[in-house]
Amino acid sequence: MEITLNGERFELEQPLSVTALLARLDIDPRRVAVEHNQDIVKRHRFPDVVVGDGDTVEIVNFVGGG
Amino acid sequence: MTDTPFVIAGRTFKSRLIVGTGKYSSHAVMAQAHEASGADMVTVAVRRVNISDRSRESLLDYIDTKRMFILPNTAGCYTADEAIRTARLGREAGLSEWVKLEVIGDERTLFPDNEALIEATNVLVKEGFIVLPYTNDDPIACRKLEDAGAAAVMPLGAPIGSGLGIQNVNNIRIIREFSKVPMIVDAGVGTASDAALAMELGADGVLMNTAIAGADHPVAMAEAMCHAVIAGRLAWLAGRIPKKMYASASSPVEGMVGR
Repeated sequence: MEITLNGERFELEQPLSVTALLARLDIDPRRVAVEHNQDIVKRHRFPDVVVGDGDTVEIVNFVGGG
Repeated sequence: MTDTPFVIAGRTFKSRLIVGTGKYSSHAVMAQAHEASGADMVTVAVRRVNISDRSRESLLDYIDTKRMFILPNTAGCYTADEAIRTARLGREAGLSEWVKLEVIGDERTLFPDNEALIEATNVLVKEGFIVLPYTNDDPIACRKLEDAGAAAVMPLGAPIGSGLGIQNVNNIRIIREFSKVPMIVDAGVGTASDAALAMELGADGVLMNTAIAGADHPVAMAEAMCHAVIAGRLAWLAGRIPKKMYASASSPVEGMVGR
């Protein structure tokens, strides 16, 4: 299956929770915000929200800016 | 001279200088500059995590979040919808309701799109955000933003990153008179005297990034800005003398030797 992750195509073997997806990407969940199909995923919902085939996911963090 | 505290939406800040986190040669230099600036609020941008390269250090490792309040921005957004979406993401990443709202209207000048800015302010205020909009040095736009519920107004001194200093001194003065919320001059500062001037005009604070990050010695410039903001604020509180066309002697005109 395939998802769109931060604008790029990304292969997944099976649907994953947001928590599992972040772990697989080696991303600290405390420092990011996640959108699933354009809806914000609250942090406490990371274990419950499942990313499946064809879904769009955005993972953002803070970078330098003015 | 005692000053009133610098309060935005009920939150008190020690410093009237707000600094950015962009364009530094390294995170280490940024951290030193932040220290030298005395600021206790820093702006950050919200961007996609680099999925393919996870080796890069996190910006937040170099910000003392116990001392520094993090203000996410919506820089780079060209529509109200984009800015609203970015503000919501920033809230999730930072766990605060505060946002420096930018809706850009033009790529070359980075001037704000006031109409979209006011629209986005309306939406975000209703969602409980503390909105600090970056706006034109336009008193009417600032009034509309305040009416929409903005917690402060942040008129530009000059285009972002231009270092031109305050281009329309009179408008800044008028905005100060019009506004009941804090006025923070945001963008355009080039050197310490620009920051001092902003404060002398009655600004409650100054926000800058490039003037410090782009200086030959960012840490020294951060220190200069710290002093400039304090000096300018004191001068505003002290009440400057009126400007006059002709001289007025400082020494007595009587008792001159040989007259």
